[in-house]
Amino acid sequence: MKPTGSQGRWLIILPPLVFLLLFFLIPFAFAFKISLAQTAAHVPPYTDVLQVTPDHHWRVFATLANYRYLLTDEVYGVAYLFSLRTAFFSTLICLALGYPMAYAIARAPRATQSVLLLVIMLPFWTSFLLRVYALEGIIRDNGLLNTVLLHLGLIEHPLRIMRTNLAVYLGIIYSYLPFMVLPLFATLEKLDPTLLEAAADLGSTPWRAFLDITLPLSVPGVIAGSMLVFIPAVGEFVIPSLLGGPNNLMIGRVLWDEFFGNHDWPVAAAVAIAFLLLLVGPIAIYQYYNVRQLEA
Amino acid sequence: MERRSSLFLLSVLCLGIAILYIPILVLIGYSFNASPLVNVWGGFSTAWYGTLWHNRQLLEAALLSLEVAVSASSGAVVLGTLAAVALVRFARFPGRLLLTGMVNAPLVMPEIITGITQLLLFVSMMQLISWPHRGFTTIVLAHVTFCTAYVTITVQARLASADRSLEEAAMDLGAGPARAFLEITLPIIAPAIVSSWLLCFTLSLDDLVISSFVSGPGASTLPMVIYSKVKLGVSPDINALASLIVCAVGAVILAAGWLMKRAERRRRLEMQLAEQ
Repeated sequence: MKPTGSQGRWLIILPPLVFLLLFFLIPFAFAFKISLAQTAAHVPPYTDVLQVTPDHHWRVFATLANYRYLLTDEVYGVAYLFSLRTAFFSTLICLALGYPMAYAIARAPRATQSVLLLVIMLPFWTSFLLRVYALEGIIRDNGLLNTVLLHLGLIEHPLRIMRTNLAVYLGIIYSYLPFMVLPLFATLEKLDPTLLEAAADLGSTPWRAFLDITLPLSVPGVIAGSMLVFIPAVGEFVIPSLLGGPNNLMIGRVLWDEFFGNHDWPVAAAVAIAFLLLLVGPIAIYQYYNVRQLEA
Repeated sequence: MERRSSLFLLSVLCLGIAILYIPILVLIGYSFNASPLVNVWGGFSTAWYGTLWHNRQLLEAALLSLEVAVSASSGAVVLGTLAAVALVRFARFPGRLLLTGMVNAPLVMPEIITGITQLLLFVSMMQLISWPHRGFTTIVLAHVTFCTAYVTITVQARLASADRSLEEAAMDLGAGPARAFLEITLPIIAPAIVSSWLLCFTLSLDDLVISSFVSGPGASTLPMVIYSKVKLGVSPDINALASLIVCAVGAVILAAGWLMKRAERRRRLEMQLAEQ
């Protein structure tokens, strides 16, 4: 579109740029401002950081108390570490389950492949909330799993899974498995089969060839899939809220309670800013390069 | 060794697919249970589907969610396509890196963070310019924001792989850049636009966390109503509703996929014929 004048270009660039600035980036500026305020018993429930004095001067009433509170109050540190740990182990299990699945799909005949991909994709399109709810029907005390196990005589009492951390793990694995399989499939599918044939010709066992060739070449897919599971899992709210026990302190849930339960908006804003710096900043940079690599 | 490893792969694949599908199938099964008790099978019944039509709260929430989803995905498709065109076609412009960042960041931002910051924005805007009132408008604005990111990524990929020579040929033949884009490029990226509209529609229809933050009193979307009901325990009418939604969405996605595949095949055929 070279002949378009620079005015025409700006007609294309400006709408998305301005919209995202206003509704994605600037909100963080407001969150930062409010994180420096104090809680107050009016609507909205925080003090003004910028105030106009009667003699028309601006004055700043900022405090770092909320950030100090985050550092001194144990709940946030514990919740943050707990969320990282939960997300980490869920990602590992997703990887252990998703890798063989992606590998099997990549080796399937073309026609079967597209059907299998559709089968993996379909749950990704259907409601997340409803799928988490559906899982409850399987794992609750009188759900399908316990009914089957009791019937088979494998257990004498129903297993207590609902409202435990195990339920949260199951929920994350169940919900995010497609996100792991799809990028893994994308890299495994591109793998050149002649490399494996060459390895076999040179006397390599299939297992050895897998370790030496397939695994290293699929690292980009492993990283992309792990990121797609890990990042949303750290901030997950629905799964710990619906499946986890009352003492499951994932950071998303703590934040939700701070906001809707305690109405402490300044502390919630401070958590949002801290979260942004701790997790999202480095990963956004990484993701930026990753997306460019996937596009290439 | 070869046979054993194939067997292993196949069983993990089956296990994975079973994990993905069994809960949904069981849910659909429960929705036909005549008994309101979850652990008792009271015979086959469609009664719970009937009760849905008399639940005003659910119907109103469903209507609001549909309105939000249609508005948000339509807005996002326009903004996201513009952003994709800007990023693919204009190699250099001030703010390019900023736009790239803002397009990718919502994809990795935890919903709860986006929700809180956007609520704080809307509350501050209300104080400053008395707009927007929290409810339909704010939910749509918030959904457009994260949906735009998905549209841009999808359309960007399609646009980058599109053949530019057709567009250039059209311009050599005297078409203006706008006309060349509308008549040549737009049909090529149309499948990406359609599929990203569908993706946005389902994402918007499903969103609980962001809607809960930015919504105001009296505006409850369907996921918000479902969540509050589910929090109180299993309810059989939610089973029926969930089955309806899952089946409807699944059917639409399958049909859309099939139609787009057919259109794509026809387009390829026409291209081949034109080349001969």
